[in-house]
Amino acid sequence: MVTPLADHQPASLAPVPELDRVLVVIPAWNEEATVASVIGEVHAALPGAHVLVVNDGSTDATVAVARRAGADVVDLPFNLGVGGAMRTGFRWAQVIGATVVVQVDADGQHDPGEVHRLLAPLERADSPADIVIGARFAERGQYTVRGPRRWAMVVLARTLSRVAATRLTDTTSGFRASGPRAIALFARHYPAEYLGDTVESLVIASRAGCRVEQVAVAMRPRLGGTPSHSPVKAAVYLARAFLALLVALSRPASRSPQVPETRTAP
Amino acid sequence: MTAYPFALVAALVTLVVMADLLRRRRLREKYAVLWLALGAGVLVVSLIPGWLFWTADLLGFQAPVNLVFLAAAAVLLIVSVQLSAEISTLEDQTRTLAEEVGVLRLRVESLEATTDTRPDRLGG
Repeated sequence: MVTPLADHQPASLAPVPELDRVLVVIPAWNEEATVASVIGEVHAALPGAHVLVVNDGSTDATVAVARRAGADVVDLPFNLGVGGAMRTGFRWAQVIGATVVVQVDADGQHDPGEVHRLLAPLERADSPADIVIGARFAERGQYTVRGPRRWAMVVLARTLSRVAATRLTDTTSGFRASGPRAIALFARHYPAEYLGDTVESLVIASRAGCRVEQVAVAMRPRLGGTPSHSPVKAAVYLARAFLALLVALSRPASRSPQVPETRTAP
Repeated sequence: MTAYPFALVAALVTLVVMADLLRRRRLREKYAVLWLALGAGVLVVSLIPGWLFWTADLLGFQAPVNLVFLAAAAVLLIVSVQLSAEISTLEDQTRTLAEEVGVLRLRVESLEATTDTRPDRLGG
């Protein structure tokens, strides 16, 4: 056996999880244009995995399109934001007994073909991870952000790296996989605030003793919609990100949920 | 000296409206208590204005009315903060309910699909 380098372990050598224990959660808000192709790609990349689309109060045909594409659909009565949609996904994982939850965005930005890279650290026999983030800046792909938004992401990443006691470079990525301990925690505590679903959830998980890791993934351009580059929006983003972080850090830690195998934080 | 009768009337109206809202269950006690206390306070001041002058003098206010304004602003601030906190709790509960409804809906749909028990097939 070769000693695997943290981020460069070839996926083919990693133990493959039984895919029927994997739940792919796709939060969707008015994504009728792209959701079907994302579901199709997930089915192709992860045959046997459960696919749940959480319709977050869409006013378009997202529900019908997703059902036709072969996904289970939780139809939320009104818009809750990504945090609410994801907590619903974690609760559904508990209902069906899934031990891995993977979040994949409905806009096509996350490549389902990369999910196996997220799963590998969760299944590792020696000190497995509880949360694996698909990081956009780490060596793969050409995802770039400039200006204040980029600075905000860097500072967030440095701060959260300290909190999680591991090197994280992309803490606002929604492309992530969670193991049993994280699922039990997030089914109860998953922040609903803007940016809380990514930034604050990492603080909650680290404080509860979950092991957070990241792997490099390539991001694709969104299939629909345009990212904003206005300086005002960037400034607002920056302010809200730090507010979310400060509030999260000042909170007392939530107690780690009871899950059979206990691990010590690194 | 028409301000004091006016305050007296306002306080009485406040008390009556609060009592009525409480009686008709339009307002829960925890919110009504504050307004009732405030109404009672204004009532006392309008009946015995001397107390206001005495307190204002004691606290070093140049004009007693400034004490009234300060107290009013403070009360309104406390009330809005309390309401914000209550709304946050409600939003949290609504969110949890919405998530629960979504999950239950999917469970019901899967049950109906596997057992063929859609309500419209029960001959209703």
